[in-house]
Amino acid sequence: MQQLLHQVLSGLATGGIYASVALALVMIYQATHLVNFAQGEMAMFATYLAWALIQSGVPYWGAFAITVVSAFVLGVAIERVIVRPVENSPILALVIVFIALLVIFNSLAGWIFTYTIKPFPSPFPAEPLFGNRYLSSHELGSMAITLVVLLLLFVFFRFTPLGLAMRAAAQNPVSSRLVGIRVGWMLALGWGLAAAIGSVAGMMVAPTVFLEPNMMGGILLYAFAGALLGGIDSPGGAVLGGFIVGVLENVVGVYVGSELKLTLALVVIVAVLVIKPSGLFGKVQVVRV
Amino acid sequence: MSAGTTTATAAARAPALATERPASALLEVRGLAAQYGPTMVLHGIDFAVGVGGITTILGANGAGKTTLLRAVCNMIKTSGEVRLAGERIDSLATEAIVRRGVGHVPDGRGTFTHLTVEENLRLGAHTRKDRGEIGADCERMYAHFPRLKERRRQQAGTLSGGEQQMLAVSRALMLRPRLLLLDEPSFGLAPLIVQQLFEILKAINETERIGMLLVEQNAAMALAIADQAYLLETGRVVMSGSASEIRSDEQIRRSYLGY
Repeated sequence: MQQLLHQVLSGLATGGIYASVALALVMIYQATHLVNFAQGEMAMFATYLAWALIQSGVPYWGAFAITVVSAFVLGVAIERVIVRPVENSPILALVIVFIALLVIFNSLAGWIFTYTIKPFPSPFPAEPLFGNRYLSSHELGSMAITLVVLLLLFVFFRFTPLGLAMRAAAQNPVSSRLVGIRVGWMLALGWGLAAAIGSVAGMMVAPTVFLEPNMMGGILLYAFAGALLGGIDSPGGAVLGGFIVGVLENVVGVYVGSELKLTLALVVIVAVLVIKPSGLFGKVQVVRV
Repeated sequence: MSAGTTTATAAARAPALATERPASALLEVRGLAAQYGPTMVLHGIDFAVGVGGITTILGANGAGKTTLLRAVCNMIKTSGEVRLAGERIDSLATEAIVRRGVGHVPDGRGTFTHLTVEENLRLGAHTRKDRGEIGADCERMYAHFPRLKERRRQQAGTLSGGEQQMLAVSRALMLRPRLLLLDEPSFGLAPLIVQQLFEILKAINETERIGMLLVEQNAAMALAIADQAYLLETGRVVMSGSASEIRSDEQIRRSYLGY
């Protein structure tokens, strides 16, 4: 029983990472109706930037802040320079652009930083916080940071005029132009935010999986499973789906066998697509972030 | 024969009108042409909306009325001259035209169906700088359309057609526009509601001096509140004149407006 509790709690910690990446996927999906396959590699690349900053002597939280801002700028730039010109192309062209971005970031990271696995520091103490026996302080800390990020996003989208305009632009670009919203910039902003969220997820997961160009591959898959489970067009659902997948993954890893962890993600993806393609919250639009 | 003479006199009157009041025209359009792909939909149209005036564009389905409104705010490829209070706006992006004070109640209403009624209204005021007055303006819209107030927290997609139409008009008014483009506001509404809606539009036009370009199939209602009227047929203006003249001309009414 204690072991199950332990696994569920640390599943929630990794689930938070999947939830963040799932949310990033959903944000871009809502605007483009496509899954950004490069989301994970963008996060990985940002994490390398954080690593380089820390190596050169910048304190952890300084590097954290610089990385989040740079990831945001990078996301905006990618939308403006690379995605915008092919915006109205056939879906296949866009898919290929996303896959190309994935490959480019992966090889660029390998070329600049080499493929050797690097340790990445955690900002949290090595001793478990509050003397608890269930979660390491990194797990607890990254869960807290994930929740803060999700809360900030919720407040931003729910209560600010800019957040409202971004939701409107993703839902109905034509009407948005008719109320004077600069739709193009809203989409670019969405890319920036998604990249920034991804960079936080990358920095939180790197101490556990270690830093290397392929570190986000599995995570993107879990996040995708989470997003599909919750409903790819529902931000709140995707977050919940991310947490569920995190817990399932951990529990399956212990009770069934850790070889089957990644298989679980694929099983979830296939099962959702077969049984309920819209996901848990895909159609009911009451959950919003 | 007499319909023919009216056409001739109306055509002769149109340019005279344009030269008579170029400075006072809020919207002035010359030689407006538009096409969807290779198909020409508008063939060089001239019309104007006076300051604080209501101009109506009448015509059957497919005459090009919706296209005309889309052309004015550059949602489609156009050529010709469009001036808002003297300033050329025909090369501006749609959102830039909106920012100059052109509100639009589009064909099919264009509400944000997943957002609440109140969020829709707030989006209407997206470009305004006076954030503090937006709440008060929402209340004014609720005063015009009490039904919207009852449903302010509901998703717009759950509203009835009539309520969505009220929402679309309110959202456009939230911009505090100088010019309001209305695409068939009576569409799908019960006659009593149409009556109310037009009374409200007229009242807003009179108290706030908002110019309106009203595209309608309901010619009787449109002519009742408009001061200028243009009759559109397959992308060409076939007749124009003051609304009262057109309304009182038996021949035009029978042959073109069908009431």
